Amino acid sequence: MIPEMGQFALALAWALALVQAVLGLAGAARGSAGAMAAARRAALAQFAALVLAYACLTAAFLRIDFSVLLVAEHSSTRTPWFYRLTGVWGNHEGSMLLWSLALAGWQAAVAAFSRTLTASFRARVLGVLGAVSVGFLVFLILTSNPFERLVPMPAEGRDLNPLLQDPGMIIHPPLLYMGYVGMAVAFAFAIAALLSGRMDAAWARWSRPWTLVAWVFLTLGILVGSAWAYYELGWGGWWFWDPVENASLMPWLVGTALLHSLIVTEKRGAFRSWTVLLAIGAFSLSLLGTFLVRSGVITSVPAFATDPTRGVFSLGLLALTVGVSLLLFAWRAPRLSGGGAFAPVSREGSLLVNNVLMAAAAGAVLLGTVYPLIIDALQGAKLSVGPPYFEKVFVPLMIPAVVLMALAPFLRWKRDVLSRVLRRVLPEMIGALIIAALGVWATDHVTVGAFLGIALTAWVVLASLRLLVDRLRQGAASGMTARLRGIPGSWWGMWLSHLGVGVFILGVTLVGALEQRLDVKMMPGQEAELAGYRFVLRGVSEVPGPNYTAQRGAVEVWREGRMLTVLAPEKRAYFRSAMPMTESAIDWGVFRDVYVSLGDPTGDGGWVVLLFYKPFISWIWFGAVLIALGGVAAALDRRYRRLARRTAAVSVSEPPHEPAAEAVR
Amino acid sequence: MTARGKRLTLILAALALLGGATALVLSAMRENLVFFHTPSEVAEGKAPVGRTFRIGGMVAEGSLERLPDGVTVRFAVTDTAKTIPVVYHGALPDLFSEGKGAVAQGQLGPDGVFVASEVLAKHDENYMPVEAQHAVDQAQRAASTLEP
Repeated sequence: MIPEMGQFALALAWALALVQAVLGLAGAARGSAGAMAAARRAALAQFAALVLAYACLTAAFLRIDFSVLLVAEHSSTRTPWFYRLTGVWGNHEGSMLLWSLALAGWQAAVAAFSRTLTASFRARVLGVLGAVSVGFLVFLILTSNPFERLVPMPAEGRDLNPLLQDPGMIIHPPLLYMGYVGMAVAFAFAIAALLSGRMDAAWARWSRPWTLVAWVFLTLGILVGSAWAYYELGWGGWWFWDPVENASLMPWLVGTALLHSLIVTEKRGAFRSWTVLLAIGAFSLSLLGTFLVRSGVITSVPAFATDPTRGVFSLGLLALTVGVSLLLFAWRAPRLSGGGAFAPVSREGSLLVNNVLMAAAAGAVLLGTVYPLIIDALQGAKLSVGPPYFEKVFVPLMIPAVVLMALAPFLRWKRDVLSRVLRRVLPEMIGALIIAALGVWATDHVTVGAFLGIALTAWVVLASLRLLVDRLRQGAASGMTARLRGIPGSWWGMWLSHLGVGVFILGVTLVGALEQRLDVKMMPGQEAELAGYRFVLRGVSEVPGPNYTAQRGAVEVWREGRMLTVLAPEKRAYFRSAMPMTESAIDWGVFRDVYVSLGDPTGDGGWVVLLFYKPFISWIWFGAVLIALGGVAAALDRRYRRLARRTAAVSVSEPPHEPAAEAVR
Repeated sequence: MTARGKRLTLILAALALLGGATALVLSAMRENLVFFHTPSEVAEGKAPVGRTFRIGGMVAEGSLERLPDGVTVRFAVTDTAKTIPVVYHGALPDLFSEGKGAVAQGQLGPDGVFVASEVLAKHDENYMPVEAQHAVDQAQRAASTLEP
């Protein structure tokens, strides 16, 4: 009964989304207040229906109802309850349901927290989001019904893919989906701007906090995914330029460009059509990401759900979205032109270069990711693009972007003189070069890459400190705390995120330059040495788990005659799937990780053991967390809320018409 | 500078940047394309020597052996028509086993042994790597057209 209820809720959600799309768009076009209010309620109801559908599927998983095909295929009676809970999205159908739920959640949020928007603008945004929902729910219902029954009901299920039985996997997909789907809100704002022809500073202020929140989710989703790949796959890498990873990186890059473009649209009224194009691009790439992950066209690690017909469907959805929005763009964008003029050397100019670099990087990643698919489709030839391609392209594009990133906040709006700014930050630039020289000397690793990486980090950190000091000196308020409090959230956001990029680069550089790896055969009692650490394999013993049996090694880690820890890497054999699983063991540290994973038994009682020394890898995660924190700080900027209060006051006295235009100045 | 001149400078700078990026992308692409060859193609000498490529198919039954160092392994990849020996130094992926699909990336040595730098296996017991499936399909299609 419960699965049927879920099925019904799903159909209901589809109908509500359709109502929301039609009433929202038509209501806004005709200025019908009743239709627009109904669209808003439909959005809330659609969310409620999807919560119900999702709850039904979760109930089926928790009650171990094997009469539901999805439950039988992705859980077993021995699967611990929390992996049954996360098993809901550890498969194609369930994750698509989560996608739709996240989308409906964003719509409900727009419906509930958008008092500052004019009624017609809100109706258009909800209409566009409703249309996206319609597309996704059709996809879900027709090609990937999560509630499909299984007759006869099996006595035991096939268990969840062991790779997904991990805490990181509990939070990774929801975060990533919230980010992907959040880009739909930015997209809907852009389409609504095209439809209404209204795109001013107030529009940018409405759009930016939503985009920021989506971008924060995307950042955290990528971070958790990367950390998961690092400790779960047992290869010690943190980024493989795998199509699935690229799928999340591309919308992130375009989303980053969008955030910066929105600044210019808000402050100077420029870059309008470009901002719209980026919003369309970010969402299209999110859809493409879904297509890449869900279609199984590529040999890739986490693409565990593979089905070409679904791929064709999602490709159709993507083509429709991109096609319609670009048509609309071509038709309406000329209305959006205008905005303040600026000289090449100016804040606007630097943000433009940032945008070009980010878009170029996303384009290059896109090319490398889909090129094999295109060649396969056109010529039937199988090929792949190796990670060196991505590194060769990505790094040279990011170096100028990072140099500029630290410099740009010193530039004035409209017009500046390059020599003035360069003279101002000369000490920081020289300092960065000296630190880099000392750095390569101290680590005894003299390569161009290490030098550049350290120099970039030092430059970003020094310039950020200088920026803060200058900012505090400028403040009119007396007293340090008053001055600190006077700095707006968006400034802190910029500062933290930029600093985070610096920290991230240091992690990437040092782990790349100094990491060490040893694949070695060890007999119990034998030892191996790596990077000054001595590893002793005490033995490997069998340990039972809830739904697996593990071969658990005991590896002592010694340094300078002192035992630091005993690591317990495992090789698990899950009962229901003949799939062995490597569980690496890591001694985490701020300055280095020591990483051990078990390879294969060698047949004579020995084991192939993988030993890694990973200096500064945590800094990659620290950097990403700082970047995300910056996004949070910017989204919390008081001016977005101040705007809310002011326009709320305005819209009481007047009909909803161009609010907040005065709040811009 | 006039307003038009400034705009022109800006556009030219953006174009130069884009042009540079395109050149970078194309050259990096040319160097790093990794082609895929089936064991039959390798056996026929269609695969390049001294260039990295991928080979895929099934791991031949009974072919997996471990060299005395314990870390280097030898196995053979077959598309059911032809079989190519592969040598690899390192830990094999979790789902690597005889009779199952695998894809190896590396270079063909002059002795006809494929020296793998990376071995990919499928990551879910239900699915074959696309390339491995492709190799087997091709070989079987070739076999069926040869039959009378």
